[in-house]
Amino acid sequence: MIRALKEHKESYLLLTPYMIFFLAFTIAPVIICIALGFTYFSMVEPPRFIGWHNYVRMFLDDDVFIIAVKNTLIFAFITGPIGYVLSFIVAWMINDMPRTIRSILTTIFYIPAIAAPSIYPMWFQVFSPDEYGYVNSFLINLGFIDQPVAWLLDPKYMMGVLILIQLWLSLGISFLAFVAGLQTIDKSLYEAGVMDGIKNRFQELWYITLPSMVPQLVFGAVMQIVASFSIADVSIELAGFPSTDYAAETIVTHLRDYLNIRYELGYTSAISVFLFLMMVFSSRLTTKLLHKVGS
Amino acid sequence: MWMIKTSKAGAKARRSFSGNLAMYALVGALALLSALPLIYTFINSIKPVDELYQFPPKFTVARPTLDNYSELYQLASTIWVPLSRYMFNTLFVATAGTLLHALFATMAAYPLAKHRFPGKNVVFSAIVLGLMFVPAVTFMPLFVIMSETKLLNTYGALIFPGIGVSLGLFLMKQFIEQLPDPILEAARIDGANETRILFRIIIPNATPAIMTVILFQFTQMWNFTQTDLIFSESLKTLRAALEQIVPKGDPILRAGAGSAASVILMLPPIALFILIQRKVVETMTFAGIK
Repeated sequence: MIRALKEHKESYLLLTPYMIFFLAFTIAPVIICIALGFTYFSMVEPPRFIGWHNYVRMFLDDDVFIIAVKNTLIFAFITGPIGYVLSFIVAWMINDMPRTIRSILTTIFYIPAIAAPSIYPMWFQVFSPDEYGYVNSFLINLGFIDQPVAWLLDPKYMMGVLILIQLWLSLGISFLAFVAGLQTIDKSLYEAGVMDGIKNRFQELWYITLPSMVPQLVFGAVMQIVASFSIADVSIELAGFPSTDYAAETIVTHLRDYLNIRYELGYTSAISVFLFLMMVFSSRLTTKLLHKVGS
Repeated sequence: MWMIKTSKAGAKARRSFSGNLAMYALVGALALLSALPLIYTFINSIKPVDELYQFPPKFTVARPTLDNYSELYQLASTIWVPLSRYMFNTLFVATAGTLLHALFATMAAYPLAKHRFPGKNVVFSAIVLGLMFVPAVTFMPLFVIMSETKLLNTYGALIFPGIGVSLGLFLMKQFIEQLPDPILEAARIDGANETRILFRIIIPNATPAIMTVILFQFTQMWNFTQTDLIFSESLKTLRAALEQIVPKGDPILRAGAGSAASVILMLPPIALFILIQRKVVETMTFAGIK
């Protein structure tokens, strides 16, 4: 052990500054969550061990948590795959275009992902509950509705609107990885493909393109899964906190509720652990599936 | 050269003219949908009050004005902390956090990519797993850690968590890994130590990745609002300040001055991305998980 340290002193020294921050602010929080998940803790008194109680409570005694899980799964199963496929298809469609056009389009498609937190308020005007809102005035003019609809307040429409907005901003880091990955595919593979009788671009996509970019596809999937399971901002900013009848509550907004309003840190920890396990499990599963692509 | 290139392009599977046309039309429509909300925000920010509230609402602006921006400025000067202080806070936090993250991540990425040492695989697996430890999962324990270490309500609470983020180190390591080994060997034979190799060879050759890491980290820190960690007005960032001075109950101010605030807040990350877009794409080439 000490010999290894001495022998590789330079490697370890270079790693140290980063690892201090990584362990203190990325790893330690997860360990704290796991530990506090078995306690009752309100920051006022020291944590008290209560076993699996928090986990039992989550599923048997917290109706809003069940709504939150349901909504998170709806978000994850709709915005996750659609956002992922959309990122890939757009990247694939712009791949053959001239370099300058491709650069401009990459920028246009990526900007929503970095500008979204700044323009949430704008969506209020678009989906405003009175007839001054764009969507309402548009639909009233076309005669589809005669009364303005409270898109972001009515539980019936809330999730649909939030899913649309979330899809708008979902061409993020996975999209960039796909744009880059498509550029590096060995051109001779395509030539060989033509020799082997590949006729159209869809066959080319399935037999050559996709199998050559499995690593980027896996990276994109992990990033997309993390993003869709932790959806919260769009709900808090637009549907309110809490939303009408908790109709847009997600696991992360539920976390914030128990942390910022109720100060139940033990219970919050248990929910965090649950969310984290869901992310790891889905990432593993998706990675396995993606390694089967094209075979 | 030219001949070889054209013949290569010709060897791709057949692209029909109508297929290309359909593709351009579809991409054009999607690009418009993607950009529309941003254009709309900008147009709203230069609309006079009567145009903001007319029925039916119009997408275009008849008499553009900067009133909303001066309104926002006036609102900002009614609070006792001067606007310049918020700007300083934002720039200080985002710059310090971004540069420290980029420096430490590059230092750590070099041995992970090019050295062999015990524990290397464990460290890298932890970092890939760390890609999933997003603020959404860790903000609660972070609050506990900050309050236990007396960092709550200091710049440290905003800066430190960002330094240990996984994504930057992951991208750096993948990029450095593909740099050719022979130049490193040559430097070692010339007697350079590892720190010297890092600063003289690795860093100059990894600038695309460093700039990409800077972009992602700056955007993350710029877009971050963690109101729990800071409660002194004089330590808050521009985003927190602008979000609280535009009164939520006043629809007109919210539409006008609010749009102006949105435009100001969204510009820096967009400008940075446009500047280094090519480097980002170059770096993301290596961002695969096997």
